[in-house]
Amino acid sequence: MSNLIGIFLGMALINNFILARFLGLCPFFGVSKKMSNAISMGLAVLLVMTGASFVTWFIFHYVLVPYNVQFMHIVVFILVIAVFVQIIEMAIRRTNITLYNALGIYLPLITTNCAVLGVTLINMNENFSLAEAVVSALGGGFGFMLVLAMMSNIRERLDLADLPDSFRGIPVAMLVAMLLGLAFLGFGGMI
Amino acid sequence: MGRVLETFINGITKSNPTFILLLGLCPTLAVSTSLDNAIGMTAAVMFVLIASNITVSIIKKFVPSMVRIPTFIVIIATFVTITDLSMQAYLPSLSQSLGIFVPLIVVNCIILGRAEAFASKNSVKDSFADALGIGLGFGVAIFIVSFIRQLLGTGEMSLFSWVLFKVPGLSDNPMAIFILPMGAFLVIAFLLAMFRYMGVMEGE
Repeated sequence: MSNLIGIFLGMALINNFILARFLGLCPFFGVSKKMSNAISMGLAVLLVMTGASFVTWFIFHYVLVPYNVQFMHIVVFILVIAVFVQIIEMAIRRTNITLYNALGIYLPLITTNCAVLGVTLINMNENFSLAEAVVSALGGGFGFMLVLAMMSNIRERLDLADLPDSFRGIPVAMLVAMLLGLAFLGFGGMI
Repeated sequence: MGRVLETFINGITKSNPTFILLLGLCPTLAVSTSLDNAIGMTAAVMFVLIASNITVSIIKKFVPSMVRIPTFIVIIATFVTITDLSMQAYLPSLSQSLGIFVPLIVVNCIILGRAEAFASKNSVKDSFADALGIGLGFGVAIFIVSFIRQLLGTGEMSLFSWVLFKVPGLSDNPMAIFILPMGAFLVIAFLLAMFRYMGVMEGE
């Protein structure tokens, strides 16, 4: 149990996907302008990450390993993620139209989010069990959502700040990310 | 010939994938801790980009437009697998230090972006020039970032274990923050601001 908590905290805070591993930066800078969008995107990523980790774990251990074709993992994982995103999109549209409208265009974009493929590859490299893989995906997704929400809040305020013209937009967002990253370094001693 | 050359030059300057289009930031930030990594990553990205651009351009007539994106992804994933396995076999130490970012080339927006925006509409020759230009543009960007980070973060410049030069004073007390992940954000933020100040990014 403590092992699982360790994995969760490690993925969410210490090795945060955005600030320490540099995965999923495109949505991070693209969608972090408004708080509500950021939360929707974070939620969608959390959902897809957990689902994709669950599915790819079974495929890796019950299909790729028995037939000795582990070298196919890149092709297989990306296809699984693409299909999974499609299915989730259809399922959400049928069951919860409000959520669907809130997530909107962000769902299809997740296919090419490197954080999702990243978490499945990390699970495979670390040889996680099923429970560990799901917990690591939950942690990673939670950390992603947390940083995205913090960032959007800061950027909403930055719009009002008096910045030099050349720093407006992305450059200052990167500086903020740097400061957030420094703050997150403090979590390093937790485990 | 003029058009091919223009496509090639555009990839490095006017549509530089990293500094102007802001695509594929993840690898640029993550592996830019040393020049060795930068060169290795550029080589890997260029190989995949050229191979996938040519393949997509050849098969563009046979692929129904409804399934084109999945087709492109499978093509890219195949070339990425080739790159990943060859790198593990012949350059194990480089493969170790690039780590997860070699398989992640598959979701690099630069490559899928070029396949969709350029190679699926243009001839094989133009697609090759485009891939070469965009690949070099990515290379130039990651090279600049790694140069600054390695210089300030370690105080010395080395390439494949040859030490080129040391900065007196700095090599004893390097500014370690530039090697840490935060350093990448800092360097890119200032580079982007600088390019914008110089008017390169006016069209944004």
